[in-house]
Amino acid sequence: MHARLLRLLALAAACWLSPAARAGEVVVSAAASLTQALRDLVPLYEAAHPGDRVLLNFGASGALLAQIAKGAPADVFVSADQESMDQAQDRGLVRPAQRRDMVSNSLVVIVPAAATRAPRALADLAGPDFGRIAIGLPASVPVGRYTRGVLEAADLWRAIEPKMIGAHHVRQALDYVARGEVDAGFVYATDAAVLPGKVRVAFTVPTARPIRYPVAPLAAAPNAAEAVRFVDFLFTPGAQAVLVRHGFGKP
Amino acid sequence: MPEAWVALALTLKVAGWATAINLVLGIAVGHAMARWRFPGRDLLDAALTLPMVMPPTVLGYYLLVVIGSQGVIGAWLLQHFGIRLIFTWQAAVIAATIVAFPLVFKAARAAFEQVDPQLEDAARTLGIGEWGVFFRVSLPLAWRGILAGLLLSFARALGEFGATLMVAGSIAGKTQTLSIAVYEAVQAGRDDTANFLVALTSITCTAVLLSAGRLAPGRVAARG
Repeated sequence: MHARLLRLLALAAACWLSPAARAGEVVVSAAASLTQALRDLVPLYEAAHPGDRVLLNFGASGALLAQIAKGAPADVFVSADQESMDQAQDRGLVRPAQRRDMVSNSLVVIVPAAATRAPRALADLAGPDFGRIAIGLPASVPVGRYTRGVLEAADLWRAIEPKMIGAHHVRQALDYVARGEVDAGFVYATDAAVLPGKVRVAFTVPTARPIRYPVAPLAAAPNAAEAVRFVDFLFTPGAQAVLVRHGFGKP
Repeated sequence: MPEAWVALALTLKVAGWATAINLVLGIAVGHAMARWRFPGRDLLDAALTLPMVMPPTVLGYYLLVVIGSQGVIGAWLLQHFGIRLIFTWQAAVIAATIVAFPLVFKAARAAFEQVDPQLEDAARTLGIGEWGVFFRVSLPLAWRGILAGLLLSFARALGEFGATLMVAGSIAGKTQTLSIAVYEAVQAGRDDTANFLVALTSITCTAVLLSAGRLAPGRVAARG
């Protein structure tokens, strides 16, 4: 009886302790704005590389970086801004030579589709018509950093920050606008295109620096070969065509 | 770290309000369920206990659909009073109240069921009205059990995270409770802030549990 119980416990322990990463499995930690595009790309990659399996983990680039820095067993990191990748590089998590820009994007202001008022310029957002504005949290969300950057440059950050409803990733900001819980929000052009019936683009916001998404295999990737293979795949004409179809620009 | 103390104050405020609302709601519903027999009582009991079992995200979504500005109640509030509940501390109170409600309701129902009906009948023969019976006989006899439930519900409300995040967001100084502040600090990789907040939360919860034991010696363990 005891022996049987012990064997059962040992089996349970073995299940728990079996390594999380298996051969041929690529764990990709990617910016939330890439959700649909990468989901479309995975079947293409898996068809081209039988035996490989891609696991996608989406979130704010800053939050993903925090996970990776704490030892999350990711193989590839795709960030929505250079800053998160710079931090990864500074901590030795990625090698500078393996880092490449994958796509570009643009920042837009969106309003709920049913909204009667739409801002025409950034300054309008400081007015009383816009009481709540969804902005990614600048500490961890790239779209929030871009937003704070343009608002500071326009000397509007202090007026708009009190109205800010912080989002933990860009898709949360999109959701807040789509549900009509905020009067406007800052997202990427590609996000606005995900919910065309629920949000509409008021205007595009020019950013001081272009919005480019860097990608790199992680230096400590459990499956390094597959990681490099997946990153290479992202730059093939077929993969780039899918990204363009989702509204992303060429890097 | 002043923002940590603001988060603590807000957490206590939200949990306090939720507990106060549950004091009234939980006792009323618990008493009704203990005293009245009606078809579908078990189903109703299960439905009222559901918030304790369901994932907080499911609750949060239900709440968004109901009190969101496009929701059934939310649209009405917005149209007639111009009130938007989402992203307010009141929304956090609603979430915490619903999540913690079953703890009070269950305790109250069990406590009222253990009150000897003969004592209530004796009071009635002495000419006391129904309200008098409730406040002077039933409630004092059931109070120990209810208090245990209330303390647990306060502790549960303190730790509420998932549904609160969905309906109240994470606005520093306004809706950012301790649990949400911890989440945000970890997401941003600010470990110093996270360490301080986690320590503060642990101390607060321990203090609540210890004072619960003081307030109701031997009662929490007996009836919890």
